Amino acid sequence: MDELYRDYILEHYKEPHHFGELDAPDMQAHDVNPLCGDELGLHLKVDENGVITDVAFQGKGCAISQAAASIASDELIGMKIEDAKKLDADWMVDLLGIDVSATRRKCALLNLKVLRGAVTGDASWPDE
Amino acid sequence: MTEVVSSATASLAQRVRGDFPILAQRQNDKRLVYLDSAATGQKPRQVIDAVDDFLSNVNAPIHRSTYNLAERSTALFEGARERVAAFLGSTAEQTIFTRNATEAINLVAHAWGRDPGTGAIGPGDVVLVTEMEHHSNIVPWQMLCRDTGATLDYVQITPDGMLDLDDLNAKLAAGNVKLLAVVHVSNVVGTINDVAALTASAHAAGATVLVDGSQAVPQLPVDVAAIDADFYVWTGHKAYGPTGIGVLHGRRELLERMRPWLGGGDMIKTVGWDESTWNDLPWKFEAGTSAVAEAVGLGAAIDYMREIGVENIQAHEHALVEYAMARLPEVPGLSMIGPGAEHRGGLISFTLEGMHPHDIGELVGRDNVCVRTGHHCAQPLMRKLDLVATARASFACFNDIDDIDALVESLHRAREVFEL
Repeated sequence: MDELYRDYILEHYKEPHHFGELDAPDMQAHDVNPLCGDELGLHLKVDENGVITDVAFQGKGCAISQAAASIASDELIGMKIEDAKKLDADWMVDLLGIDVSATRRKCALLNLKVLRGAVTGDASWPDE
Repeated sequence: MTEVVSSATASLAQRVRGDFPILAQRQNDKRLVYLDSAATGQKPRQVIDAVDDFLSNVNAPIHRSTYNLAERSTALFEGARERVAAFLGSTAEQTIFTRNATEAINLVAHAWGRDPGTGAIGPGDVVLVTEMEHHSNIVPWQMLCRDTGATLDYVQITPDGMLDLDDLNAKLAAGNVKLLAVVHVSNVVGTINDVAALTASAHAAGATVLVDGSQAVPQLPVDVAAIDADFYVWTGHKAYGPTGIGVLHGRRELLERMRPWLGGGDMIKTVGWDESTWNDLPWKFEAGTSAVAEAVGLGAAIDYMREIGVENIQAHEHALVEYAMARLPEVPGLSMIGPGAEHRGGLISFTLEGMHPHDIGELVGRDNVCVRTGHHCAQPLMRKLDLVATARASFACFNDIDDIDALVESLHRAREVFEL
């Protein structure tokens, strides 16, 4: 098996979870990876207790960025917004479960950048 | 057909490969297959040696001191300029060294575009670029239009990546186009534009013309006098030369009328407490210490291309394009972007169904095959083509059909990794 393009990475890339849009999302953000021009948009539904109840993402991107968004989407449902605000780069890289090179790190972290933009309004890169 | 092409191209590539030290290296026991010369070119030993020799044996300030070393240094710098000028059908006075093509375009946008003396650009004027421009030939004009109240407009391209000449002529006919800025050879779709004909059309409509020759100079004979554009810009590092050196060729009357852009040493004749007078061409536009070693290296790069024969490089890369356009479609799901080989320079952008270009680049890179992936600094064009990114293979004199074979094999392996 390939060390980067592991089976589950390719499965999430080819059949991403929660791909699409939500009607009237409570929170949303959209951003671009300047390295490759990839775009990613994220929609969140949040209930009255501040818990994420539904997630959808849109965009075109490489296997790493799309798998990251798909894998993260499974984790976000049921998470409190307050906890989502604290998610960091290590969380995303650990979830991906692969060694990403320096040049692919922005691919891996684009989804987290957009998520943080949606829940905190801070659109900076998670590493910065 | 393929055999004929292979024997014709093999001779040039095999003859020059030994000139490029970087091609000797291996990664994971795989030879370097460098297919990214449109991004930056590799340097032959002759260029490396010229820079080394200059820094080791000649380095001294130019245009001032009178000792022997300084005279030799000045002679090498100005000699490089003369050879660069002659190679492109220009003169030394009309050949200005810049940092790169981007800086040359910005020089024109400031010294010509914002000069009240020449009254170049103002409200109601149109700056016309094309949809196939690199960011370097878009952004300076966006900034100029924002500052002056002029309008930026784009000549459309056809679905196969050619300039839409009907659209161009309609826009020129409006009579308000002050500048046409157009690329000679596209770095994304590969199209070779007939810039002499485009220049004639624009001049007939009263417009000034700037041509971006960054991709053209390394791969086809360029005669700036015959093209007759008012400004022709290109960069050294894509033309077998060092980074940090670019060129602006300009029409003499315009260069003489334009005020300087950057002020400082070397660009002046006299400096008083309040006023200064400007140096003669071309030094009026070369403020501060020039990139002397880089200019000397560029002179050596020009000598190298002249020795090989740029028309031979052109024929060689054309044969490679024909071969690649026949072989690449063997890869299932591969789509090539841009026109047929007859209108195309030495590069091919492509996409692969089911695999993002970034992943293509990563996987073929493991086979030591270097292709560019991404938006190629042409985001408006990518949007027009409805693409986020492409992979791009681009050629130079040292590439051969074995490089294209290696790319095709590597693409097959990449598809296997993705279980396509």
